Amino acid sequence: MLELKNITKVYNPGTITEMALFRDFNLKVADGEFVAIVGSNGSGKTSMLNIICGSIPVEGGDILIDGKRVNSLREFKRYRAMGRIFQNPAVSTCPDLTLLENMALADNKGKCFGLQPGISRRRVAEYRDRLADLHLGLEDKLNVRMGAFSGGQRQAVALVMATMSPLAFLILDEHTAALDPSTADRIMELTDRVIRENKLTALMVTHNLRYAVEYGSRILMMDKGQIVLDKSGEEKRATTVNDLLGIFNQISIECGN
Amino acid sequence: MSTYIDLLVSTLTQGLIYAQLAYGVFITYKILDFPDLTVDGSFPLGAAVAAVLMVGGCDPFLALLAAAGVGALAGLVTGVIHVRLKVRDLLAGIITMTALFSINLQIAGSNLAIGRDIDTIFTSAPVMALFGGLTLMQRKLIVSAVLALVVKVLLDLYFKTRSGLLLRAAGNNPSVVTAIAKDVGRAKILGLTIANALVALAGAIVAQEQRSFSSTMGTGQMVFGLATVIIGTTIFKKLSFVKGTTAVVVGSVVYKICIQIAINLGLPANLLKLVTAVLFLAILVLGNLQKGKVKRHA
Repeated sequence: MLELKNITKVYNPGTITEMALFRDFNLKVADGEFVAIVGSNGSGKTSMLNIICGSIPVEGGDILIDGKRVNSLREFKRYRAMGRIFQNPAVSTCPDLTLLENMALADNKGKCFGLQPGISRRRVAEYRDRLADLHLGLEDKLNVRMGAFSGGQRQAVALVMATMSPLAFLILDEHTAALDPSTADRIMELTDRVIRENKLTALMVTHNLRYAVEYGSRILMMDKGQIVLDKSGEEKRATTVNDLLGIFNQISIECGN
Repeated sequence: MSTYIDLLVSTLTQGLIYAQLAYGVFITYKILDFPDLTVDGSFPLGAAVAAVLMVGGCDPFLALLAAAGVGALAGLVTGVIHVRLKVRDLLAGIITMTALFSINLQIAGSNLAIGRDIDTIFTSAPVMALFGGLTLMQRKLIVSAVLALVVKVLLDLYFKTRSGLLLRAAGNNPSVVTAIAKDVGRAKILGLTIANALVALAGAIVAQEQRSFSSTMGTGQMVFGLATVIIGTTIFKKLSFVKGTTAVVVGSVVYKICIQIAINLGLPANLLKLVTAVLFLAILVLGNLQKGKVKRHA
């Protein structure tokens, strides 16, 4: 259970460019929900993810994970139970380390990083299996530098890495936005499978309305730091891309565009 | 002819001794992407600690270990200033370096000689037992080569451990370290600690080799280290199977040979640092030009 309670987020407080994004923002995500989040640029989607992960501080309110307040928990500690994939495929892997070394890093998440061997030979077969699941032929390229792979391949590896160790939340920050349409489709299908198989709670920000409609168990639309649409279950299934476009247009008209 | 061989042996020895410093700079600059100016202070720190201990009767090998330990502390201080007090990397190093200048003076004064009657690592009993038949010069070469090799092997092994892997990840892409729920800051501090232990070790070996400590012996060591690392990694850029540690040893030797040639051609010793700086600039600019070429071709 993830809960944002009365969150206040102000950018550049006390300066001439002060901008209050969230005022008393509230959101509850139940375990096992897969929430797709849409909204125009600047609506607060990524800020919300950053607040959940602890990448940016909040000026007020509580961030609760399973009822525990985590406001003061530093970013890296919050990742113990979280995985996050970013829009830029370069963010989630080490380009100068090999695929095998990247996998080993992810595999040892949550463990002690002492003088044990960095790569455990016994685990290599498991890495191969997981990579073979992607059907990208990566299992035979374990010793290739990560930077030599394409964006789609890196994003697929990032997905495998994020889900190597048990986690409660998967945070997807426009993770298909930098990929070509067919690769994006494959990564999206893969994401959905991973979330189902591991019964993860997931939050996915996307600009692809089709993904938001087709995938996930709940849909949110955000505008200017507020949730303007929140549908789940039957209602979510009945929502179409045109419905979303309609609301987008309505917002634009209200803004005078 | 024999003078030339002597010169070659002593230059090679210098290159192998300074390889320890090159390892340190390799860790901070190449692995962590951290321009660590602590080096100019931790190098003489190692020399000061070793000199004072040996004058006081300490075993020369123990003096090396002690120097490395104190150097590690210096790195720790820079790391804490940078990571916990959030001071920029260059400034954090400059602060520690400046403080160390006074500390070194406190430890060993402005100059300290290690008398001829005191055994160094090159004349100590175990070394004499093995290589007593060789000249001092040959022994210096062998001992510094063995030390360079031992540290290289240890580092190569370390880089393969989980801790070493995390260190490399921290320099390569900090967000991956955060993603696996580890503190990037801590990894950086660890890297700086190891690096400055090695730099101080280099200082301690140099002090034993020349049987003296001088408070100004750290000046320019950072630039020397950077030049070494860049020369080494540039030479072996195309050969990915050559380890970084091997590359910087070669870089260190090549650099020392270049300087020796310049001196033999009549370069006044007072201009040495100027030449070093110009050489370093040239290497950096050439490196940039090469990068540009690659981009244009791609």
